[in-house]
Amino acid sequence: MKLEGKKAIWKDYQKEIADDKYFYVRSCIRQNFFPGSETAFIRILREELGKDIFEHPCHTTCTGIGYHGDIVPLDTMMTVVARQFALMTEAGYENLVPSCITSFGIYTEVLDTWHHFPEVEAKVRDYLIKATGREFKIPVNIAHASDITYKFRKEIAAKAKYKLVNKETGQPLKVVEHIGCHYSKMFPDKGVGGAEYPYVLVGMIEEWGGEVVDYPERRHCCGFGFRQYLVQANRGYSIACSHKKFESMEPYKPDMIITNCPGCPMFLDKWQYAIAEMEGKTYGENGHGIPVFTYEEVAGMVLGYNPWDLGLQTHQVSCETVLDKIGIPYNPDEKYNGINGIKLGVPEMPVNLKCC
Amino acid sequence: MNKKVVVIGGGIAGMESSAHLAALGYEVTLLEKTDKLGGHLLNWEKLFPTMRMGKEVVTFLNEGVEKGKVNVIYNAEILNTKEIMNGFSITLNNNIVLESDAILVTTGYDLFDASKKEEYGFGIYDNVITSAELEEKFMKGEKITTSDGKIPKRIGFVHCVGSRDEKVGNTYCSKVCCVTAVKQSIEIKEHLPETDVYCFYMDLRMYGMHFEALYRESQEKWGVNFVRGRLSEACENMDGSILVKVEDTLAGKPMKMSVDLLVLMVGFEPSLGTKKVGKILNLQFGVNRFFKTQDQHTLTNVSNVKGIFFAGSCTGPKTITNTITDARAAASTIANYLSGHDIHNRIMTSDIKATV
Amino acid sequence: MIEFGYNIAKDRQIDFDKNDKRISTYVRENEPSFKTCISCGTCTATCSAANFTDFNFRKLQLMVRRGETLEVKEEIKKCMLCGKCYLACPRGVNTRNVIIQINQAIEKIENHDI
Ligand code: SF4
Ligand code: SF4
Ligand code: SF4
Repeated sequence: MKLEGKKAIWKDYQKEIADDKYFYVRSCIRQNFFPGSETAFIRILREELGKDIFEHPCHTTCTGIGYHGDIVPLDTMMTVVARQFALMTEAGYENLVPSCITSFGIYTEVLDTWHHFPEVEAKVRDYLIKATGREFKIPVNIAHASDITYKFRKEIAAKAKYKLVNKETGQPLKVVEHIGCHYSKMFPDKGVGGAEYPYVLVGMIEEWGGEVVDYPERRHCCGFGFRQYLVQANRGYSIACSHKKFESMEPYKPDMIITNCPGCPMFLDKWQYAIAEMEGKTYGENGHGIPVFTYEEVAGMVLGYNPWDLGLQTHQVSCETVLDKIGIPYNPDEKYNGINGIKLGVPEMPVNLKCC
Repeated sequence: MNKKVVVIGGGIAGMESSAHLAALGYEVTLLEKTDKLGGHLLNWEKLFPTMRMGKEVVTFLNEGVEKGKVNVIYNAEILNTKEIMNGFSITLNNNIVLESDAILVTTGYDLFDASKKEEYGFGIYDNVITSAELEEKFMKGEKITTSDGKIPKRIGFVHCVGSRDEKVGNTYCSKVCCVTAVKQSIEIKEHLPETDVYCFYMDLRMYGMHFEALYRESQEKWGVNFVRGRLSEACENMDGSILVKVEDTLAGKPMKMSVDLLVLMVGFEPSLGTKKVGKILNLQFGVNRFFKTQDQHTLTNVSNVKGIFFAGSCTGPKTITNTITDARAAASTIANYLSGHDIHNRIMTSDIKATV
Repeated sequence: MIEFGYNIAKDRQIDFDKNDKRISTYVRENEPSFKTCISCGTCTATCSAANFTDFNFRKLQLMVRRGETLEVKEEIKKCMLCGKCYLACPRGVNTRNVIIQINQAIEKIENHDI
């Protein structure tokens, strides 16, 4: 593998990322899947980087999952998106930062549609006024939250207490990265590094001390795929996608996986459990799985945040193997405490997938 | 006094047309940007479909240039041109000024830059090379090995790289690469009889005399395999071999296959010189960005500017045979023009006829 | 093991690296004309079996090349060995003998002879 070749491509796919005054829109699913991630992002931006990041209490889902699942019609989706823009305009912000990759894809797609079909934009403005009385300005900058984290990866590294390095061996951890399909597969020039060799997560991994694993099925979908997952009878396709990826990455013995899409960590994490229980196969060391993290969780980890504040206890594949390798301290007794300190009870452990 | 013709570009088209113009009695100056005549042919060892040496053709062409006492100017670059009484004045670098009654443009093609097909990993994966690089190995008598010096057990050839591809902006067929792949496959089998060769094609264009026979020989005598499908992507396996993904369209199933070496059959693009000279001389370009001839069937060597003519692959991909034929045709068209026939008027009459 | 109500979907991809190419090697050796097939489909167009079932000689020979052994074993049963295809083939592939050789190869594999 020639790194210079990748670098040449990375140079071609750089995008404008605003450097302050962000209007943050949360994901409708991430708060359930990985509840500490968005909070960690806001904390890092405010406390570590001193940025202005605003959340509007009235913002909603972008309807992306319904749209891609063929349930929400295009006009409805665009009108909901227009309403998010209106909230941003009213709050006096211009830089939109979605937490979800699918939302990022949706916003980008809507703006591209309006760019090519101004009459559609006019129609949606009309719908929005009729429905809510609101008006909006087009965002000056749209960057995914991973783009922002990427932009400040060096600042984060400068403040980091830990590196993605095995403290016993001194070797960098081997990290698989997976960008969500909607990050740059629809609009390659809207993603840092493009679609074939995306750089957004690679940049973070390199900066924070890890080593990126490039494996043959790197570009393959994580398996979310909306319709594949939403209907139970189709889930075999979803798990088959994740399965294909695990089989392909397995020989590289990755220490961890980092993702930036809500679906990817969810499926790459939970399907390891399902595969283990269906077929008895596990992909990590000694019957464990390969821990899967969001980039915010990893940023929080290197910054020395308490793993349980980051929500790592909600992962199916236990994260302790990685914490131990890096040497991040944690209190196992507090793993299943709620934020108010009350014990929530220990979940039932799987049969085949070893969890701590 | 003899009439003068300046030929721009010392590849095979420029050489053969110069020889013929000289034989017709004109005073010919041949401008070449490098310090050698022969163009791309200098980099090609054996030629399809006869496997004769490229050198022999260069020798033949050189003889014509020498016998005709063509004035060859090496390392020439055109700075500007002016129209003067019944002709042109051409200023070169090193301040040489040439006058001519007619100009023949033979500025040729460049090979497609394979790194633009990002998903094939040229310039990134060590075992992805181009057809030109493979030819260079044949030329230098180098061993055909993988990047780590092993004998490849399986080699893949990818047809149509940079040709017939909307995504890179080249929708035309480059015409020579199918049969070149067949030729190079046979050469691989000659060097490495134990190596399996797979050609991935969309259509096999064996239109030339004896091309079909070569194709058949590749199967019958050498056991070369053909898969009708175009690569969707290439990835690197852990051992450095290349995993290709393709639909075996005839089997009606997607397929993956590992090859130890992947050869990309790079197509033609208008050369940098073609673009530059076209601008200086105000020449029209066609839809494929090669020069536009005034008529597809009848005025194949005639440009939009009176007194300027074309030969060779500056008007589109051509085989060596076609280029040499075209060069001779251009010489005779110029002779026609210089003896007073108004070629542009001939367009007018045919146009009038057509409209009537 | 838990019943999830779904299974890991079967991969449709031809796994060329893992597939068994012994039939292909055997037929190539024993009926060399097999190598010159260009998948034009004339055989299938003329085939009586193909007119009424989804049997397809063109596809069958590809399945052989790709090592899709299970499919080959299933499909080859449908050929009636009439030899019409041999008459029609523009490359002169001895299609009938190809069928015979495939069957022999299957038998030999089962008997561990190849
Ligand atoms: S969750 Fe999977 S399918 Fe969805 S965008 Fe991410 S990678 Fe693609
Ligand atoms: S000659 Fe063959 S390989 Fe070349 S562009 Fe045409 S079809 Fe493709
Ligand atoms: S087969 Fe698929 S990739 Fe090829 S042209 Fe059709 S849609 Fe595009």
